[in-house]
Amino acid sequence: MSAAVDVLLIEDEPNIAEAIRFVLTREGWHCESWAQGIGAIERIRLLAPRLVILDLMLPGRSGAELLTDLRADPELRQMPVLLLSACGSDNLPAEADRTLAKPFANADLRAAVRELLAAT
Amino acid sequence: MARPPATSPRNARASGQPTARPLIGTRIRERRLLLGLRQAEVAQRASISAAYLNLIEHNRRPVGEALLVRLAQALEIAADELASNREEMLLGALREAAARGSRDGLGLSVELDQIAEFAARFPGWATALAGASRRADTLERRLVAMSDRMTRDPYLLTTLHEVQSAVTALRSTASILAETPEIETEWRDRFHGNLDQDSLRLSRTAQALVAYLESFEDDAVPMSPQEEVEAWIAAGQPAMAEATELATDAARAMARGLLEWQARDRGLLPDAALSQAVADAGEDSDDPGLIAARLGRPLDLVLRRLGMLRPGPWAQAGLIVCDGSGAALFRMPATGFELPRLGEGCPLWPIFEALAQPQLPVARLIETTSGALFASWSVAERLLPMGFSGPALSRSQMLVRAARPHDMRIPLAVGPSCRICPRAGCLARHEPSILGPA
Repeated sequence: MSAAVDVLLIEDEPNIAEAIRFVLTREGWHCESWAQGIGAIERIRLLAPRLVILDLMLPGRSGAELLTDLRADPELRQMPVLLLSACGSDNLPAEADRTLAKPFANADLRAAVRELLAAT
Repeated sequence: MARPPATSPRNARASGQPTARPLIGTRIRERRLLLGLRQAEVAQRASISAAYLNLIEHNRRPVGEALLVRLAQALEIAADELASNREEMLLGALREAAARGSRDGLGLSVELDQIAEFAARFPGWATALAGASRRADTLERRLVAMSDRMTRDPYLLTTLHEVQSAVTALRSTASILAETPEIETEWRDRFHGNLDQDSLRLSRTAQALVAYLESFEDDAVPMSPQEEVEAWIAAGQPAMAEATELATDAARAMARGLLEWQARDRGLLPDAALSQAVADAGEDSDDPGLIAARLGRPLDLVLRRLGMLRPGPWAQAGLIVCDGSGAALFRMPATGFELPRLGEGCPLWPIFEALAQPQLPVARLIETTSGALFASWSVAERLLPMGFSGPALSRSQMLVRAARPHDMRIPLAVGPSCRICPRAGCLARHEPSILGPA
């Protein structure tokens, strides 16, 4: 991977992932994606992104489990995470830096990413 | 585990009482086949789904008065004629009411030998009692269905998630196209394709969701993908090309896997060879072990093939296949053998006893909560899909068929599953029943 990765998107729905990557790339951010829970932590470790966008419902290992793994990992526990969720806000894991409920406006996505990247 | 001696069909048989329940579903199927009509055709005429008609034909769903009239019109027959022998239906309903009284722990001892006299002398009371019993059955089913929906129905949650995912993709993609007028042609075409895909997916999922919810309003019990596939397979070994009538991706994937599995089994033991072996076996055809020995084929394969092909005396047989965790891989119900809608079966089913002792056949006479007796044959085997280096997986199968009148073994009292089993004092119970005291 030649350029530094700004955002790693972990999302199993290919058309959602494609739209998000398009939106973020147009903003000038380098975005990579991964489509399942299994291997996601290794991918984060390998790419060292500035921000992880994490879908809550993933095959193999859920977004909530991945978030727990991240926060328990000494090297990755500070990683900013934007959680994408189809659930009501009552059941969302508290460890995320921000959450965005599906379906979301692209403008809200851009704003959330901008804010989280600015803090890194 | 107490049995209801006064109302058991076993005792009824001994006293010369008829034990067969009137099976309106069977008559509907026979009438349809006589007219040479397809299930889909009759279902459309009667304004129900083909899958639901299939359940009715296999006596897995009740037929209310209004639906009976519609089905009779669809089958070009008078409703009374279709529901033939109403007197026998009334007697059957009264026997069920008697069985309910015993099984619910009311301590009733019903005079079964006077049931016909009771119906003849007090037809109004008899009809009222039968109606109340049927109503109780209907309410039990609704209770089970509602409980499933509220507590453990993954289908509803998964379908709603599919809707939300499709809407999310549509919204993001449509916004991109609206907000980016200078978008490259290649990207625009790609996103148009995605919109088409997601709108199709959304409409299909929404249709499935509406059908699912409507089935609750119609008093019908909604089907999970597994039930949908089972009904589809029971409709007569359809080709995979017809699987488009299945409502969900999950059901279609399950159907594909099942058909591949059946094709493998059929390759190992073709229809003609099994039918011939059963025909040649004569009296031995009642014993799957003897059929397996004649064929020189493994018992587990013969059980599965008998349950799927159902040749000769196995026409009313049922088949259950489960993995080592007890999860059902396939369920084809035997007529009158009650299966739970979702989740596990009764821990006392011999299929689980066989799991604990692979390769050892288990043959048991079992008695359901309604007092019906079934002969069962089970065997489990070890599979090594990951070779010696991986863990061994288990698979167990149970073939079930209505017991022969001369089968005098002591029956094992079983239920459908703990949650909907009314048997009191069962040592195998792991969950309270929602139908009564446990």
